[in-house]
Amino acid sequence: MHYRSPLANVRGLGSAKTGTSHWWMQRVTAVVLIPLSFWLIIFLDLSLKAPIQEIVAWLAMPLNTIAIVVWVVAVFYHSALGLQVIIEDYVAAEGIKIIAVWTVNLVFIFLALAALIAVFRIISIG
Amino acid sequence: MLKQNSRPVSPHLQVYRLPLTGIISITHRITGVMLSAGLVFIVALLYTIISGSESLITLQSLMQHWLLKLIYWGFIYALFFHCCHGVRHLIWDAGKTFDRETLNRYALIELAVSMLLTLSVFLFV
Repeated sequence: MHYRSPLANVRGLGSAKTGTSHWWMQRVTAVVLIPLSFWLIIFLDLSLKAPIQEIVAWLAMPLNTIAIVVWVVAVFYHSALGLQVIIEDYVAAEGIKIIAVWTVNLVFIFLALAALIAVFRIISIG
Repeated sequence: MLKQNSRPVSPHLQVYRLPLTGIISITHRITGVMLSAGLVFIVALLYTIISGSESLITLQSLMQHWLLKLIYWGFIYALFFHCCHGVRHLIWDAGKTFDRETLNRYALIELAVSMLLTLSVFLFV
């Protein structure tokens, strides 16, 4: 049974179709980021105090390498999803909204790749 | 296409006197945006480590400035707050604790716990 009028279809009102997976991935990444946030604070503290050799050796330890890679993937995904919700709530004009969401997505994909490349370069120093 | 610019935005911030839960809710968003912006700093930090000992030492001494230290600890607090309210959201997602008294009590617990966590990092790490 079709309850949506053809006019509503044309205007693109109603469900955006991917809401559930957006909501779900926001939660999955959130749960992953809870323990990793504590890990991040240790990393930040170390990198603001320790000499460079110590930081590189620390990041090259297998568990820390895994932690930073998972953190990078989860945090940029989580941020992009969250910023999308905020943009959709506060930007009413359709065109600007779409451009803003895609700009955020592209910037965060770029930053995530930059971070991952940086991690692998740091590990190869040590 | 219908002109949609005059449609009301939700959640609107200026037309209500926000209760504690409302203030916390919008703070969750604001800290989320702040922390997202802070990610740029972490990418910059990683590339500072790549560029070698000298630039890292420059960054480390720069971060000794009281204002930057204050901003740094502001970010740590924002992270813990966002974390605590995030856990609150996960509890809500389980369909629990929507009643009025727990709303305010949990709000106060979130504020206290995020403060305590920030303080314990400050003292013990």
